[in-house]
Amino acid sequence: MDVTPQEYEQMVREQSKPSPLLRDMVWAFAVGGAICTLGQAILDFWKKTGLNEKDAASATSITLIGLAALLTGLHLYEKIAKHAGAGTLVPITGFSNSVASPALEFKSEGLILGTAAKMFTIAGPVLVYGIGASIVYGVILVFLGV
Amino acid sequence: MNGKRMGMATIRLERPPRVRAWAAVGGKKEKDGPLGAEFDQVFSDTMCGEKTWEKAEVHLQKVAVGMAANKCKLPVSALDMILAGDLLGQCVASSYAARGTQVPYLGLYGACSTMAESLAIGACMVDGGFAQRVCAVASSHFCTAERQYRFPLAYGGQRTPTAQWTATAAGACILTPAADDCAPVRITHVCFGKVCDLGITDANNMGAAMAPAAYDTLRTLLSDTGTQPKDYDGIFTGDLGQVGSRLLCELFSLDHIDISTVHDDCGKLLFDSKQDVHAGGSGCGCAASVLCAHLLPRLADGRMKRIILAATGALISPTSVQQGESIPAVCHAVVLESGGKR
Repeated sequence: MDVTPQEYEQMVREQSKPSPLLRDMVWAFAVGGAICTLGQAILDFWKKTGLNEKDAASATSITLIGLAALLTGLHLYEKIAKHAGAGTLVPITGFSNSVASPALEFKSEGLILGTAAKMFTIAGPVLVYGIGASIVYGVILVFLGV
Repeated sequence: MNGKRMGMATIRLERPPRVRAWAAVGGKKEKDGPLGAEFDQVFSDTMCGEKTWEKAEVHLQKVAVGMAANKCKLPVSALDMILAGDLLGQCVASSYAARGTQVPYLGLYGACSTMAESLAIGACMVDGGFAQRVCAVASSHFCTAERQYRFPLAYGGQRTPTAQWTATAAGACILTPAADDCAPVRITHVCFGKVCDLGITDANNMGAAMAPAAYDTLRTLLSDTGTQPKDYDGIFTGDLGQVGSRLLCELFSLDHIDISTVHDDCGKLLFDSKQDVHAGGSGCGCAASVLCAHLLPRLADGRMKRIILAATGALISPTSVQQGESIPAVCHAVVLESGGKR
């Protein structure tokens, strides 16, 4: 019997197991929260070393990015992310992983056409639209004279 | 029209070619799977001692072809033809594996259906008298497929429950003419499939995209040959996985045909559900290695008399997925029978 695409879509929906949303959210909350708590501890540490608020915040970002890149290189980040999902994706550590992982993966194509060219294949869109949005936001602020 | 075609699309091989020898090689996850002990060789190192994943896949294919030829006591250079395929762009794993063999080579692309495609074309070549010793081979490698179709290995992403795991494996068969009594398995019919597309766009649900193609080819083959599922000891689809297998059985149940008692799927056989492969295995190497490690030995020693191998392939490229195209799929089927002396 021939089924129509609509009928088939319905069949597929019934047979395809959905993602375990509740479990995913609990993991994302716990791991994402843990990363942010770690960030706070790192911030406190840098402040104690005598850095002012602004520099301590920058140093915290750099530390988290460095840690995530290290864990990516050790192939540990993806093992945590497999369970944590958005918990490891949303914090700045996810951004670090998305740059470090293609840089590592594509080194077989050389430092220029591989590592450098592919480094931003995943993070590129975030940069383009993130910077783009900040420009729009800045222009609006200028016109509002805030 | 000579007498080789029957019904809509099935080819009855007048002098059924034989499968003389075969070899299956796999990676670590395949070794740890239920069929691990049945592989001819497994590599614990996913790089196979090479510098890149692509070279590792070439190595898998070379080893499979070499071992299969060796079992016939032939050097690879004595083959008349190599029919090979893989998942990489421009079919490079196969071409690089065939480089240096000095054997006429045809590179095939049927995505995960490639093993059945190469076996079917090889069988036609042998039956037609165009070649006497044909090697049909297919391979895939988890790492080469991931970087081409999805994300870098170290990227922290989550796979959906319907996603499948590309096998790191290769399988090779040597086909010989009907007169070769030493060869223990015969290929009696082949059925090349049509491209089917029921509008699935989720590239993480390949089983669902491919099930209609498997249904179409199997229905055609059964109707053309006037056989029923119970006439076979097994109907093995390529890599529909859990989701696609359920959908295939459901599509047949709409025709009031129950194939669930004889149906199994190479993607479900290759890995255990505890191996975190989600809906099951996939990739050209999945059907190829399950055929060579698990199915052919059972046909050879008579544990199974007659089976259908119906390998399915999702015919997408990373570009077609990004452009939002739905996923066309194809399924090629081969009827294999136990026969001849070992």
